[in-house]
Amino acid sequence: MLELQHISFEVPENDATHEILRDVSLTVPAGRLVVITGPNGGGKSTLARLVMGIERPTSGAILFNGQDITSLSITERARLGISFALQQPVRFKGLQVLDLLRLASGRDITPSDACEYLSAVGLCARDYINREVNASLSGGELKRIEIATVLARGTALSIFDEPEAGIDLWSFQNLIQVFQDMRRDIRDSSIIIISHQERILNIADEIVVLQGGTLAMQGPRDQILPRLTGTASALQGCRRIGGGEQ
Amino acid sequence: MKLDSIQKQLLAEIADLHSIPEGAYNIRSNSQSVGRVSTANIEITSKTDVSGMDIRIKPGTRHQSVHIPVVLTESGLSEVVYNDFFIGEDCDVVIIAGCGIDNCGKADSEHDGIHRFWVGKNSKVKYVEKHYGSGDGTGKRILNPGTEVYMDENSTMEMEMAQIKGVDDTDRKTVAELAAGAKLVVRERLMTHGKQRALSTYDVRLNGAGASADVVSRSVARDDSYQRFDAKIVGNAPCNGHTECDSIIMDNGRILAVPGLEANDVDAALVHEAAIGKIAGEQLTKLMTLGLTEQEAEEQIINGFLK
Repeated sequence: MLELQHISFEVPENDATHEILRDVSLTVPAGRLVVITGPNGGGKSTLARLVMGIERPTSGAILFNGQDITSLSITERARLGISFALQQPVRFKGLQVLDLLRLASGRDITPSDACEYLSAVGLCARDYINREVNASLSGGELKRIEIATVLARGTALSIFDEPEAGIDLWSFQNLIQVFQDMRRDIRDSSIIIISHQERILNIADEIVVLQGGTLAMQGPRDQILPRLTGTASALQGCRRIGGGEQ
Repeated sequence: MKLDSIQKQLLAEIADLHSIPEGAYNIRSNSQSVGRVSTANIEITSKTDVSGMDIRIKPGTRHQSVHIPVVLTESGLSEVVYNDFFIGEDCDVVIIAGCGIDNCGKADSEHDGIHRFWVGKNSKVKYVEKHYGSGDGTGKRILNPGTEVYMDENSTMEMEMAQIKGVDDTDRKTVAELAAGAKLVVRERLMTHGKQRALSTYDVRLNGAGASADVVSRSVARDDSYQRFDAKIVGNAPCNGHTECDSIIMDNGRILAVPGLEANDVDAALVHEAAIGKIAGEQLTKLMTLGLTEQEAEEQIINGFLK
């Protein structure tokens, strides 16, 4: 279970400070799939980075399974069981897909184990296992490999930042299946997905709407989704795919 | 053939040799040949005027290898060795060289290996050269390899050069001349640490139509080390040339990349790329999200980069 208590995050801007998140409190219970949505620039990606420890909050606390992790490093949080699929995956010259999946799983997995993770994200494993994670891979391919690294970790909390970006429509159902399989296979696992896609909102247990750095709405899908689709301004934000987040 | 444990370890590092190699070989230890075998197609003979060997490979020799590793374990030894390879036409061979120095003493140890290759028409050569240094003496471990390659029509040479650890000072010079249709591929991997210095200079001349060269160096300079990569390709005919220097810089390391392209023919297509930078923060972050410490992440990134 993840708990965010009164999280605020500010960055210096010229001589002043710019507030990206203001007093956000949120609980993600074990076994729940929570989708965070809202207009671009609302602070969604920042929230995910704060949970992973890539950024530190200006104030507030983050608890994971009851433990205060606010001051822990990225590595410590990863070892406690938090995984993060970046919105923009990183390229590595020389590191092969198999190397990355081995590092992710923390074991010396066999190529056939690695193939399972790749097949799950819709990549023909044989063609990819020895490829370098470099500029020769397309954005969509990198995005799927990024998701496969989170699958290979199989942790209690998995965060995906706009996983659908760069994934073609044909593979979309496959992606939905990945999240549903994760829920089934990892006991009590919590999943947080940042997304604008209605089809991903449709599989959420709960939906959180972040707008202008504050929690605008939060609740079960059945309550929130009709309100989102009924509001022209929110709909515009939710349907927009891609775009940079703070 | 008698070798002590340090010599055996050096051989394993530079030539992956754990026992006597198959095919033709010459193992040189502390300035003496301690084992040599010629085969029906590959003849190794000592030079009479200077220190070194002539290695003659008969035309049509295919799928055979030559190992010529060198190890130095006596502190203060300094040698210049000339090895000439005469590779006949239509060959397909692998040549594995390399030098390991273990210096536990106060005096500098130095091996300057000058290798010259004459590659016959349509022949294919793979050349692997690894350099390695060990020992905790204050004497420097110095390696100054010189490589000259003369490639006949439609021949191919793939050179893999690696110096990952322990060599204090190196000045590598490689020159190549390519006839029509010849193809040269160089993959250099270099890591320097401590106060090491490594210079690598290439002068590749594409003299015949359709000749091509691809010279790529990947390097890491850490601590207070210094590297210079100076790659020059000259196009004297319709040809293709590409050089690339891709470096990671760390700590107080310094790297100088010197691009050099000279086109003397309107159909010479030459490209140079050079990039120097520290490890990207986002790469470290990504591996840390997988549970690695910052130091482990750094190691993985460097190992992958130099693989």
